[in-house]
Amino acid sequence: MESHSDIDQVSDDKPKNWDISRRKMIKMLGGATAAGLAVGYLPKALRAEPVAENAADFQVATDAESSERLRQWMMIIDLRRCDGCQSQGTPPQCTEACNMGHFVPKPMQWIEVYEHELSRDVGEIAPLDSSTTPPIEGTKFMPTPCMQCQNAPCVNVCPVGATWTTPEGITLIDQNRCIGCRMCMAACPYERRSFTWGEPPTSHAADFVEHSVEHQLPIQKGVVYKCDFCPEMARAGRLPFCASSCPQNAIYYGDLEEDLASNGDEVVRVSEFLAEHSAFRHKEELRTRPRVYYIDGHGELAGRDPKTHGTMPVRWNIDLDIKDGAKNWERSS
Amino acid sequence: MTYSTESLERATVEAMQRFSKRYIISFIVLSAFVVAGIVAYINQLQNGLYETGMRDRITWGLYIVMFVFFIGASMGGTFVSAALRLADMGWRAPISRGAEYITVSALFTASLFIFADMGHPERAINILLFGRWESPLVWDVYGLNTYIAGSMVYLYLAVLPDLALVRDRVGHQLDPIRRLFVIMFSASWTGHPKQVKALDTSLKVMTVVIVPVAVMMHTVTSWIFGMTLREPWDSPMFGIYFVVGAVYSGVGLIVVFMYVMRRMNHMEAFLTERHFLNMGKLLAGAGGVMIFFQISDLVTAGFKLKGDSAFNLYQLADGAMAPIFWTYIWVGLMIPLALMLLPWTRTIWGVLIASVLANVGMMLERYFIVIGGLRLPLNPYHAPSYMPTLTELTIVLGLCSLFILILMIMMKLAPAISVQEMIETGEIEAVQHDARRAASTDGPEGAVA
Repeated sequence: MESHSDIDQVSDDKPKNWDISRRKMIKMLGGATAAGLAVGYLPKALRAEPVAENAADFQVATDAESSERLRQWMMIIDLRRCDGCQSQGTPPQCTEACNMGHFVPKPMQWIEVYEHELSRDVGEIAPLDSSTTPPIEGTKFMPTPCMQCQNAPCVNVCPVGATWTTPEGITLIDQNRCIGCRMCMAACPYERRSFTWGEPPTSHAADFVEHSVEHQLPIQKGVVYKCDFCPEMARAGRLPFCASSCPQNAIYYGDLEEDLASNGDEVVRVSEFLAEHSAFRHKEELRTRPRVYYIDGHGELAGRDPKTHGTMPVRWNIDLDIKDGAKNWERSS
Repeated sequence: MTYSTESLERATVEAMQRFSKRYIISFIVLSAFVVAGIVAYINQLQNGLYETGMRDRITWGLYIVMFVFFIGASMGGTFVSAALRLADMGWRAPISRGAEYITVSALFTASLFIFADMGHPERAINILLFGRWESPLVWDVYGLNTYIAGSMVYLYLAVLPDLALVRDRVGHQLDPIRRLFVIMFSASWTGHPKQVKALDTSLKVMTVVIVPVAVMMHTVTSWIFGMTLREPWDSPMFGIYFVVGAVYSGVGLIVVFMYVMRRMNHMEAFLTERHFLNMGKLLAGAGGVMIFFQISDLVTAGFKLKGDSAFNLYQLADGAMAPIFWTYIWVGLMIPLALMLLPWTRTIWGVLIASVLANVGMMLERYFIVIGGLRLPLNPYHAPSYMPTLTELTIVLGLCSLFILILMIMMKLAPAISVQEMIETGEIEAVQHDARRAASTDGPEGAVA
């Protein structure tokens, strides 16, 4: 009651300025409360649900396994085995199998094999401009899929929630929601995202597939694509295209929760395997916490001489039945 | 000729009614550019961003460069009009109207550059439907809309008494469209003391509100870049760097507008050399701070030359970005500063040239920030290059023409010099003093003014 008398005191002091009737005061208070509620509700109203259209699919997927454990998909790439398919005399088979299996439009490579210099840290690449790059000595090959970061910079910047990390730890893109602003491409520190700059050069066959964020088909113009980590295939008990096609069995795919991964030849216990071979993650210092682990090497287990350079250029299945009006574009060079 | 309130009112109202041959020709030419831009944009909508020079790796190009530039250009209006109003600087009076016009027009143009850059502009509504508060782009969209709304309210409050003046003076002589506009928007303003008091209070509130909103907008725009992990953009200095850069180019753009408006509308009596020189001081101040930032950024990064920032320094110093970078440093920063420091170039022409160079420089700066940041190779390959295509250049030309067209239309809707503010600040007497002094010295300055 003390406070009430204080208010009376104030209103007595300044009767002219506080010439507000009780009715008006109640109205004002009501208005202020309504405004406050509205502001509080606004973030909730405007915040994106984690992918409205496909929420049902995820519910089914997670419900089906709710009796079991929630999968935490991961990948180990053993660089000691990767020779960039030099011994095969073919283009990198992981990239080609992915391109064919996913109808990846040219010139995207959802998993790309980069040739790194051995003398440099993985995180510090080509610090000089192209004109001053020193001659390459020993190199290693590094197949680079989407790292499936658990603190994904692309997810953090997407304005519309068109890319998000699933409960299984995979970052996916909803191309039906993507507005094509390419903020995620600027944010990705691994440069694993690609844009369909024109009508994509893919086959008609892909157009008959029902759209799902887990396989990203059919490919549309003006949106962003990337490696989806093949969750559908994993759920069906199959390895992704890249892992199953690797002639050296360098790519292991598995489940952190079950602590098992396989390259199609052997099954390893993930925690032991990673510790035993001092596995690392790409650009670990950025704290993006990728789900892709590397075991360092330069193809020595495949018998590669680190001074033999280069891979053969990869191919896409663009010779099939390309759509009318499809464009061919290259990356910036 | 005396420069009384009466003559100012007559001059501004006459300028509104007069459509010179040059005005009409420029209007037609600029409209043609806008149409060309629309045609190019329709082509881009059909074929996708394939029509541009952007590709994977360099994923943003001229559109984002121009977006950042126009956001920056809008700052000058708020700074000159609102910040100088807060500081009670009387000399802003004949400039503030044009400055406010530039803010509104530049923000509108900037928002269109975002649409030009989007892969799916028709899905822009998704930002409202599914907007995530975590995304810097959402901050930018809400910030931009707040800023546009705020500066339009601010402009309207400031222009209201002048609209009433036009209505009372020449309302019956105007063409039906403008008569309707003036009658509708002058909103039964009579100049009654109660109205004046209400308007004064609202203007004061808006002045205090709009300055932090503008600073917020430029900071948030810098955060589109600053919130990524790319080394050249990954800097806590980016916010303030963009704010000062925006003041620099914004002040410059207002000087250009002042000069053209003065010539077109014969406002020499009310926009004197003193106003240009004061703007020159602001320009020099902002330019000096830019040089300071540039040095502190380059020296601290250049001493250590660590990782990816070394790449950025090399590309700026003698790599692919070097021509742009050094033109920016010398033509965009040093020469304008020198022009303002040397006494014999401290003239209207000197300020005008410095302002044009400052804007060229800031456009180049936005270019090497955006393109240079994206050139950084994140994987082992040679740093890529970017070249805008004809489609991009046409759309940019169209939108820049639209920016000028909006200014030209606004100039004919209301007095281009705020009569009310001139009287309120006492600037009307100050310009008379300028005229007397110019007449008495009868020197070169008198001839220019």
